[in-house]
Amino acid sequence: MRTLIFLLRKEFLQIFRNKLILRMIFVMPVLQLIILPFAANYEMKNISLSIVDHDHSEYSRELINKFTSSGYFRLTNLSPSYEEALKVIEAEKADLIIEIPQSFEKDLIRENQSKIMISANAINGQTAGLAVSYSNAIIREFNNEIRTEWIQPPRLNAQPTIEITSSNWFNPKMNYKYFIVPGVLALLVTLVGFILTSLNIVKEKEAGTIEQLNVSPIKKYQFILGKLIPFWILGMVVLIIGFAISFIIYGIVPEGRFLIGFSFAGIYLIAILGFGLLTSTFAETQQQAMFIAYFFMMIFVLLGGLFAPIENMPDWAKYLTYINPVSYLIEVMRMLVLKGSGFSDLAKHFAIVTAFAVVFNALAILNYKKTN
Amino acid sequence: MRLGDSARKKILLAKPQSRKAAKLKEINMKQLLTFIRKEFHHILRDTRTMMVLLGLPIVQLLIFGFAITNETRNSNIAILDNAKDETTQKIIARMESSRYFDIDRTLTTNGQIEAAFKTGKIKLAVVFQQNFQNELAHANKAQIQLIADATDPNQATTLVNYASSIIMDYQSELNQQNNLPYTINTEMRMLYNPELKGAYSSVPGVMGMILLLISTMMTSISIVKEKELGTMEILLVSPMKPLLVIISKVIPYFVISLVNIATILLLSVFVLGMPIQGSIFLLIAVTILYLLCALSLGLLISTVTDSQLAAMLISLLGLMLPVVMLSGYAFPIANMPVPLQVVSNIIPAKWYIIMVKSVMIKGMGFAGIWKESLIIIGMTFFFLFISIKRFKVRL
Amino acid sequence: MNKEIVIKTDKLTKKFGDFIAANEVTFEVYKGEIFGFLGANGAGKTTAMKMLIGISKPSYGNANIAGFDVYKQTEQIKKNIGYMSQKFSLYEDLTVRENVQLFGGIYGLSDKEIESKSGELINKLGMQQEADKLVSSLPLGWKQKLSFSIAIFHSPKIVFLDEPTGGVDPVTRRQFWDMIYEAAHNGITVFVTTHYMDEAEYCDRVSIMVDGVIKALDSPKKLKEQHNAKSMDEVFLMLARGAKRGE
Repeated sequence: MRTLIFLLRKEFLQIFRNKLILRMIFVMPVLQLIILPFAANYEMKNISLSIVDHDHSEYSRELINKFTSSGYFRLTNLSPSYEEALKVIEAEKADLIIEIPQSFEKDLIRENQSKIMISANAINGQTAGLAVSYSNAIIREFNNEIRTEWIQPPRLNAQPTIEITSSNWFNPKMNYKYFIVPGVLALLVTLVGFILTSLNIVKEKEAGTIEQLNVSPIKKYQFILGKLIPFWILGMVVLIIGFAISFIIYGIVPEGRFLIGFSFAGIYLIAILGFGLLTSTFAETQQQAMFIAYFFMMIFVLLGGLFAPIENMPDWAKYLTYINPVSYLIEVMRMLVLKGSGFSDLAKHFAIVTAFAVVFNALAILNYKKTN
Repeated sequence: MRLGDSARKKILLAKPQSRKAAKLKEINMKQLLTFIRKEFHHILRDTRTMMVLLGLPIVQLLIFGFAITNETRNSNIAILDNAKDETTQKIIARMESSRYFDIDRTLTTNGQIEAAFKTGKIKLAVVFQQNFQNELAHANKAQIQLIADATDPNQATTLVNYASSIIMDYQSELNQQNNLPYTINTEMRMLYNPELKGAYSSVPGVMGMILLLISTMMTSISIVKEKELGTMEILLVSPMKPLLVIISKVIPYFVISLVNIATILLLSVFVLGMPIQGSIFLLIAVTILYLLCALSLGLLISTVTDSQLAAMLISLLGLMLPVVMLSGYAFPIANMPVPLQVVSNIIPAKWYIIMVKSVMIKGMGFAGIWKESLIIIGMTFFFLFISIKRFKVRL
Repeated sequence: MNKEIVIKTDKLTKKFGDFIAANEVTFEVYKGEIFGFLGANGAGKTTAMKMLIGISKPSYGNANIAGFDVYKQTEQIKKNIGYMSQKFSLYEDLTVRENVQLFGGIYGLSDKEIESKSGELINKLGMQQEADKLVSSLPLGWKQKLSFSIAIFHSPKIVFLDEPTGGVDPVTRRQFWDMIYEAAHNGITVFVTTHYMDEAEYCDRVSIMVDGVIKALDSPKKLKEQHNAKSMDEVFLMLARGAKRGE
């Protein structure tokens, strides 16, 4: 035990002596947590629209007005032709073209039907689908208004109509921040913890000091614990600062019991640090360690469920997320912040994360050989 | 006479000097080649790192290309059918067979909805009112309630939209019998991506991210390592110009990255299904430009840090999330608050993603992407300029 | 002369695949000796030594260090030996004093012992001014001496030195060897590897390793007689002729 205290003392001395690194560990996550969540948005509010109006009639103008006042679209320009409108899309200035044919109003009144062409930049299929869906809704509404103009109510309502109402729970204001901030914080804490530990042992390998420790009577678990504890404390500090920022800047308060979130994060951090130490035992140079860290972090970041829902992933990717500790943290933090989930809801998550912590650290101790 | 003499002297003196200059250039070239060869040996000898440098982009492109798609599929939903009649069964059957939904559970009371959401598994609850079929037939109106778990607002909107469209489809089938007057029909055209392949929007982003992060990391520790090991003095004392030293460090990584570019482009086209509507040469040229930008960014990081750990913290901790979130990959830039849109301009990946989409998917030529190319070139020169300055000043 | 055996190896061998780095190395070292383990670079000295200090597992053969078996009792061995690596293995970002205290604590010295002995050590080295400066700021020769002092800080039975005098001037090297003499005089057995043949003269006995095999083992005086050589350099050249591995 005494040996452990000496080791801890050494680690803390080294950490605090490196002012630059210390500053980076705190400043970079803080800056990112403050700035990045504002980038998160999926709301289709400003779909840029280019309209080609061949009709220039009262109806066409009314329709254009409906689009621009809908709040979903932003009119980039009125193009004289479809070809011109295409160029606008090519120039990245618009994502949707509405083409109103020449005798739109006339055809609608005389022939009882008219056609409108909707062309969407479908590189992003989902947003294109939504844009088209909104367009259809606006046109349908416009259509109904015209019908009411020409036909008296009683004859019209002889339609069986399914009325759809929708409501949004847990985030009634659809505030995307509640969704993204806990996730970004989770990723930042993971990054810090993982990078620090995965490089640490390698650094000692490169400097040769690890050899000196291997020749000494230090036990493996003392060595690993001596690395784990200081970085765990650092990680928790970053986490606490992150919570403070979430509250101060975003007004996010975990509805669920705060202690649950905290203890979960604590166990999670042990798991991540253990994983970092484990990778550290595999790398021979800091450069190797960096790339290994990068590889896993990219997987954690992109497949963790923060930027793309896990539900949408193919099965094999879903299996990957089962062994991705970050996805559990992100989910737990969200459930706490938004749903006020209690411990029993999260029991499974707790168990899994504890298992991760035990397994990774045990593997790290096993794999760290004092004798080759 | 005197002028003539001094003029002749000048000519005689000039010759040996220019000979000297020529010889110096020769020595410099030789030294440069030696340095480059030494760097190559270093890298090639480290097989583990080599495998990583070459294999990582492949693995990542495949994983992220296939795993991440914005398409909604098999979302777990819950049904609360208060009517349990033929119509509701029909509608439920449609939802079940839709690829968007997987009916995870059937609820019996309203109170169960919240609990279902809290488990985190259910994202949408569909609630049919009592006597649905009867109400629809006789009162001409019946209600379906769609309750979404809006922790992911985007997901919620999408699910509600999909559910609504399934219900609306059923509704319009009902309405088929009655031919409504004054109907506006819409015709839809999906440009560039008629099959709505998810890869089109995600793969360029993945390409941009991987190339940027990996290339930056390659060079970010190249110079710092020498500083840490103490072999930096050797480099600085040599008569080689700092610019050449820097070039010698970057070239091996440049060559490796060229291999990466080839594999990334090949994979994205032949495995992930990206089209090449535009010129392949333009695509390659633009990618190489981007690569140089990334390498010089890494170089810049290398010259402003003192330890490998610091360099790594900057290239990983400092770059990863901003690149993912501000480059246009995860979120559309147009919807971001204006200050962030400005910030996104300094992320090279943003411009590259635009160029890739323009060339590969929209089939545009150089005329369409000259602006973005210029920006990337400008960034590259900027990074290099500062790197060289700092390199001279160091130590 | 004290004939207590502190290191005894019997056909100690280390193979890496087909490559035999150390080939059936057999020798004995007595207590209080300064034993020089000589050989060219790549001859196998460091490999052999790593087996003795318990960080490399032998392929086969036996060894007994300070009375403990090298296979089954490595942790016991480590408690009783000291080690100084080629790189000196000091923590550059810790001060002199902090390094001393760290290793003192790791080797189980009590707080009181650490305090008194570290003061002694710092005085002896004349580093009072530098005691609270970072090791990275010390000149090479000082790091060397500090590293050695730390290696014997816990008064081990044997101290292993791996090429300890690389890169310093002859005066510093001489001073370093004075420290080695003193340690040996105090009963610590010194096992030192080196490729400087002149340092061989300072040892009680030396062994010369060529291509993984010990080609000679005796006192420098006797070896020079046997080979009719005037210096250990000559002895070595004679033995190393035809060596496949080396500088």
